[in-house]
Amino acid sequence: MNVSMTINGQQVSHEVEPRMLLVHFIRETAGLTGTHWGCDTSNCGACVVLMDGTPVKSCTTLAAMCDGHEIRTVESLEVDGRLDPVQQGFHELHALQCGFCTPGMLMTSRALLDENPNPTDHEIRVAISGAICRCTGYKNIVSAVRWAAEHEATATREA
Amino acid sequence: MATTENLPSPTTERPIGFGRLKRKEDARFIRGQGNYLDDIRLPGMVHGAVLRSPYAHARIVSIDTSKALAHPNVAAVVTAKDLETLGLAWMPTISYDTQAVLAGDKVRFQGQEVAFVIATDEYSANDALQLIEVEYDPLPAIVNARKALDPDAPLIRDDKAGQRDNLASPTWEAGDEEATDRAFAEADTIVARDIIYPRCHPAPLETCGIIADFNPKTGQLDIYNGNQAPHAHRTVYAHVAGLAEHMIRIRCNDIGGGFGNKVPVYPGYVCAIAGSIVAGVPVKWIENRSENLMSTGFARDYVMKSEMCSKDGRITGLRVDVIADHGAFDSTAQPTKFPAGFFHICCGSYALEAAHVKVKAVYTNKAPGGVAYRCSFRITEAVYLVERMVDALALEMKVDPIDLRMRSFIAPEQFPYETTTGWTYDSGDYAKTMRVAMDIAGYDDLRREQKEKRARGELMGIGATFFTEGVGAGPRKHMDILGLAMNDGADLRVHPSGKAVVSISAQTQGQGHETTFAQIVAEELGIPPEDIEVRHGDTDKSPYGLGTYGSRSTPVSGAAVAVVSRKVRDKARLIAATMLETRPEDLAWEKGRWYVKGDPEKGAMIEDIALRAYSGEAMPEGLEGGLDAQVIYDPPNLTYPYGAYIAVVDIDPDTAQVTVRRFIAVDDCGVRINPMIVDGQIHGGLAEGIGIALMELISFDEEGNCLNSSFMDYLIPTALECPDFELGETVTPCPHHPLGAKGVGESPNVGSPPAIVNAVIDALHETHGVGHIDMPCTPARVWAAMQGRPEPPQ
Repeated sequence: MNVSMTINGQQVSHEVEPRMLLVHFIRETAGLTGTHWGCDTSNCGACVVLMDGTPVKSCTTLAAMCDGHEIRTVESLEVDGRLDPVQQGFHELHALQCGFCTPGMLMTSRALLDENPNPTDHEIRVAISGAICRCTGYKNIVSAVRWAAEHEATATREA
Repeated sequence: MATTENLPSPTTERPIGFGRLKRKEDARFIRGQGNYLDDIRLPGMVHGAVLRSPYAHARIVSIDTSKALAHPNVAAVVTAKDLETLGLAWMPTISYDTQAVLAGDKVRFQGQEVAFVIATDEYSANDALQLIEVEYDPLPAIVNARKALDPDAPLIRDDKAGQRDNLASPTWEAGDEEATDRAFAEADTIVARDIIYPRCHPAPLETCGIIADFNPKTGQLDIYNGNQAPHAHRTVYAHVAGLAEHMIRIRCNDIGGGFGNKVPVYPGYVCAIAGSIVAGVPVKWIENRSENLMSTGFARDYVMKSEMCSKDGRITGLRVDVIADHGAFDSTAQPTKFPAGFFHICCGSYALEAAHVKVKAVYTNKAPGGVAYRCSFRITEAVYLVERMVDALALEMKVDPIDLRMRSFIAPEQFPYETTTGWTYDSGDYAKTMRVAMDIAGYDDLRREQKEKRARGELMGIGATFFTEGVGAGPRKHMDILGLAMNDGADLRVHPSGKAVVSISAQTQGQGHETTFAQIVAEELGIPPEDIEVRHGDTDKSPYGLGTYGSRSTPVSGAAVAVVSRKVRDKARLIAATMLETRPEDLAWEKGRWYVKGDPEKGAMIEDIALRAYSGEAMPEGLEGGLDAQVIYDPPNLTYPYGAYIAVVDIDPDTAQVTVRRFIAVDDCGVRINPMIVDGQIHGGLAEGIGIALMELISFDEEGNCLNSSFMDYLIPTALECPDFELGETVTPCPHHPLGAKGVGESPNVGSPPAIVNAVIDALHETHGVGHIDMPCTPARVWAAMQGRPEPPQ
């Protein structure tokens, strides 16, 4: 079947098997490998992307379900050499180590701040609780999202 | 050649070296531009998938691959028979056992590799697995280590000549049995506990996998594989497959976490390599999450019987008898002479009179492994044992558990301290670190709060641990793995422009080596860290060494980088002497510059010395041009980081849910090169420790079915289970490490589980009479303990 969606503002159309997962469509068909796969069961969140602005787990979303929808991945965060504040915050506060969960964490955080520009630490923890990080113990991720909230207008390109 | 008389002191201009420095590697990761295994696509690449056993123990009657082979997208189906012709049906393990690459005679654990399919794409490869028909004849399975040696237990390893029972290795002992008997005979108080450290799994977020690319024309084998020890893997492949070691190149690129899980060579790797050799195209195989949890390196699984005693208020003796569950093949990861790893460090941080340890390993119908899940070779089990026993003893003695620790610590003036089981701890001031933790926690206030809450029927617990780790394996006179010395190389090249490349044999999986190791060179040579490139993870571009696990990167590889930097600095001194027309001994060093003693304005910057080293100008007599050096570092001893941890837990009296409200961690890891990275390592290890204490468990039913084969059942803590960690530090430099550093990555995983379990028991002992509980402290298991029915986890 033919599936057509917008990924990071680009129209991507391709003939796919109906069972193809969104994560594979993004990685294999669109060639965007920033979105990762980690668990198969919607538990780890390494595959989180935004579908029409809402975080979804692309390992348990069929590509066909996204036909006609708009997908945003980690590759869209930096615009014209300007990092998104969440990217900058993760760098400033050492909120990543191996980097494997980072794209999903960044997209989840972006969606949170779009909806709630000034979250409490607990709200941040709730928002990222669908994503697993094996390296950071989450403390610095919480600080990084708070940093991003405080610097929404002033992100730089350092890093 | 210009000298640099007029420059101000470079140390004030260059805020470089140790300190909080944001990571160099972040730039690619925050943009989604990491280069993990699954991101690599090679021309003509095909995909592998593994058929696994549904049974824990069964004879294989027949395997029919014809339907799978008829699948239009399938290129090959490999079984044990095919591997036998290549001599690859069995492979050696890291513990001198053999492991079936693909099962031929019978399967010995659920999830064991039975066949390997190669297809044009991942979906087709997995479809074809369903088309393979295997007839099994099921056998009774053994999943309980305590029953493995029963006379009527089914024999698991009938492939091994002379094997009559399920003993995996003979009893191994450490310490002095008679002296321990005496200590117990003279004791005031003796306490006994049966303690299980259940099977858990490192579960890195990126699973294991490989791309094997054999070029039949050149004989070159290129391997892409996120592993923690690329050089050792290359040597193993050369030995196993009979390939020429110099024609194998392993590239690790970025690794999505390891935690010990990416130390071993797995059957899937051998299948992919064999597949590529036979098919002549690159073969990619990446396991799914269930395969990762069911078949790759598990951790722990120690059943420990222990007694501890005290005399005159101090801990005096410890006795431990362990049954180690090694699964169906013995592939535990440890140095050759240490079949139980470093478990005999279990006398902990205390000046015991005597200790005696016995460890016996058994085969069961469970996955092989026994890797160190973020710990140094069984030290996690050792620390858990001793720290649980100290709390049990304190309960019996009716004294405060921290008091008992304080009274029993090895005193600062006793270092270097030789333990009764043969370890030489390098340095420490344990009481000081314990007091820092108590101050941060507000220990006395917490005890008052607990008393008030108890009066109101609320359940609050406070648990402490004090651990000593032994990391940085290790001295070649004591330690090797598969005959390979546990040393690490470093190769430093300063280019004519004064910028440098340092190549190391350690292998980052997120630890920030690209930043930390650049800081070491920066500190030693005065070259800014941004001008130093750290290369690793490519066997063609890095010196030989044993990799990253057991918190050995900074203790061994970091020392190598410091030593190689000093070698370059020494060479720079000779060149500077020529440049400054003086004798080398008349020069003094400050960061980035050799200058003339007594005339500090007259000196040569490192970049000018570098340019001179490559220029047409004269070099000192007998000295080669260029400014580079290489070393292999052989550590004289392990380093012994330590720490005091305090956990505060609340338990819901109605649901038995344990919440870690506070966690205080005070680590002494010696000199901290990048404190930001050190803190990050501690945070991550604490989260894993919370997972192990409360949630993470690999368990089996009676038939050997794995009950925790996905993240739906193998529970990993999220941001909601982790508190806002409170860290503190003391700094006791390691006397024998060139930088005074000790290693830290694994300390938090080692130290935190006993603190949490001690806290849970502290919450429940007075009100519910709970004197012991095994991990994980899930609501169901804590509830059972509250009702007086504690259950072992397996």
